[in-house]
Amino acid sequence: MSISISGLTKRFGQTDVLRGIDLGVEKGELVALLGPSGSGKTTLLKIIAGLEWPDAGQLLVDGADWLQLAAQDRRIGFVFQHYALFPHMSVRDNLAFGLAVRPRNERPGKAVITAKVDELLHFLQIAHLADRYPTQLSGGQRQRVALGRALAIEPNVLLLDEPFGALDAAIRRDLRRWLRGVHEATGSTTIFVTHDQEEAFELADRVVVMGEGKIEQIGHADAIHDHPATPFVARFMGATVELPVTLLAGRAEGAGLDLAALPRRALGDGPARLFTRPEDIVALPDPKAPWRIVTRTSNGANLRLVLRHPDLGEAEVDTPRRATAADALVVDAPVRLRIAFGTIFPDGRKAATATTAQPASISIQEARQ
Amino acid sequence: MSTATFDPPIRAKRVLPGFTLSLGTTLLYLTLIVLIPVAALILKGAEIGPDRFWRIISSPRAVAAFQITLTAAAIATVFNAVYGLLMAWVLVRYDFPGKRLLDALMDVPFALPTAVAGLSLTALFSANGWFGTVLHPAGIPVVYTIWGIAMAMAFTSVPFVVRTVQPVLEDMDPALEQAAVTLGARPWAIFSRVVFPAILPAWLAGCTTAFARSLGEFGAIVFIAGNLPFKTEIAALLAYIRLEEFDYNGAAAIALVLLGFALILLLVSNLLQFWASRYHEVSR
Ligand SMILES: Nc1ncnc2c1ncn2[C@@H]1O[C@H](COP(=O)(O)OP(=O)(O)O)[C@@H](O)[C@H]1O
Ligand SMILES: [Mg+2]
Repeated sequence: MSISISGLTKRFGQTDVLRGIDLGVEKGELVALLGPSGSGKTTLLKIIAGLEWPDAGQLLVDGADWLQLAAQDRRIGFVFQHYALFPHMSVRDNLAFGLAVRPRNERPGKAVITAKVDELLHFLQIAHLADRYPTQLSGGQRQRVALGRALAIEPNVLLLDEPFGALDAAIRRDLRRWLRGVHEATGSTTIFVTHDQEEAFELADRVVVMGEGKIEQIGHADAIHDHPATPFVARFMGATVELPVTLLAGRAEGAGLDLAALPRRALGDGPARLFTRPEDIVALPDPKAPWRIVTRTSNGANLRLVLRHPDLGEAEVDTPRRATAADALVVDAPVRLRIAFGTIFPDGRKAATATTAQPASISIQEARQ
Repeated sequence: MSTATFDPPIRAKRVLPGFTLSLGTTLLYLTLIVLIPVAALILKGAEIGPDRFWRIISSPRAVAAFQITLTAAAIATVFNAVYGLLMAWVLVRYDFPGKRLLDALMDVPFALPTAVAGLSLTALFSANGWFGTVLHPAGIPVVYTIWGIAMAMAFTSVPFVVRTVQPVLEDMDPALEQAAVTLGARPWAIFSRVVFPAILPAWLAGCTTAFARSLGEFGAIVFIAGNLPFKTEIAALLAYIRLEEFDYNGAAAIALVLLGFALILLLVSNLLQFWASRYHEVSR
């Protein structure tokens, strides 16, 4: 089923949790809601499921107004963050729940339910766990049961809230691949919530980045990585180094910065901010440069340098330890920074005069030396 | 030449000090307050000899007293099982003005001297009391009937149900019910299949303790019961009467039967809880 959300807002007391959400999801698509904790991801998911109600906005599924529909009637498969398996029911009974509680005239017969549950148990590779209770299962097994319980009702839409949040890394990777397989086999429209970029990008067709109740960017992994739409997305995607620069005739300049690698762009003159990742910065020894190395730590493969500029504060740089120039990178050495890759956003207050109303963003992909 | 042989043995230090002292105090207290009186009662009973013991407790008056006590306690417990559950539900699930006050009122039966409770109930339900003036002409006498006894029992034991169910209901993960909703369950199915099984052990425990408490209630009942032998005389009162007649053996025999009921109830309560929470057992 296709989902169309527009102008959705929600506040809890004094906090605006959702501040105008517009989002379309195609039939059969696998979409990730990615954002830091507290950005409203769960709330959005619960509104789609009918467990929360928005203050304003629209939620259409295949053209039908779902805000007129009780949660029970939406046929949603919801997988909760902590699974929410029924503790007093065996795995089998958990899986059967959605079918067993149907109104009498729609309820399948006992034999049909049993067959359906057996089929699910095999499909999810948990047949050997059928008679256990949830407390007797590992985290990964619970996750599979939770998904199975949701799939049993053949849901219109599958919603997963941080499905792998509570699991350790190896099981996560396994389950991720497995979930992708399940999605492809069932073909259901799926939205899952995560705060883990890797998970979002590996699993989803499209990623929706949320920050503080708003959608900051929608796109594919590469686009979000290379062309963050807002400073928020840039920071969230790991561009943690923020440097003030000045735009002059489309070129950026900054104190002790070598920005020649960044191409010319159509931005008005004035102050701007450059967002870049520690690994996209190359520190070059230069006796006249204003940056000084404060600390130098090695993790074996890489050196992490903390640099300080007398006016601009600190910046972090990751550089391969065995690179030819690395030996010269000692504490107190003066360095210049060559930025191989970055995103520039005009400073907010000047942006209005310098560019169009839309906050402009231009990024550059440059071959690194 | 190792010095190791002179090293003192290593003793693990407890994180919390005073284990011996606190355990000792607790056991001493338990012995003085609970075990010795119970043992004394049992010894007293053993002294009577089985024949006499049987004669005392199977005398028509004693049998009637046990019957009345058990019946009234059963009525009170059925009432409390329903009302206590409802009350706990209301206190946990809804927000309304005066909720805190209502919550605090729930402890009144615990705090109130039972004699005061008995007196006020009697005043309310006697033929010219507020409720009595309505009930009496309608042919529903409460005072001096088993209904009065049951009501007094219900009054003093309802907090046991409320206060055992309430915390369990509060701790229930709301996601369980939300999961049931998304799976299409209607309110009744959610309650009967998800919520109720979760609170069942606590509810059963609360009901059995309430029942045990009702069996032993004395102060609240004697005022409202009228205490007619064979009609409204409860077992605890009969034991008291025997004691006043200096018939220690008679009192002890009746008290022992009450003790037996209480112990059986405790056992039942624990078995029920064990059964109801069986799916928690096997983990770890
Ligand atoms: N039931 C609620 N009552 C009050 N505040 C809530 C409630 N649910 C969520 N919030 C608040 O809404 C914000 C977003 O929460 P949530 O949707 O859970 O974010 P996320 O899932 O992205 O971490 C948080 O600040 C949270 O405190
Ligand atoms: Mg969340």
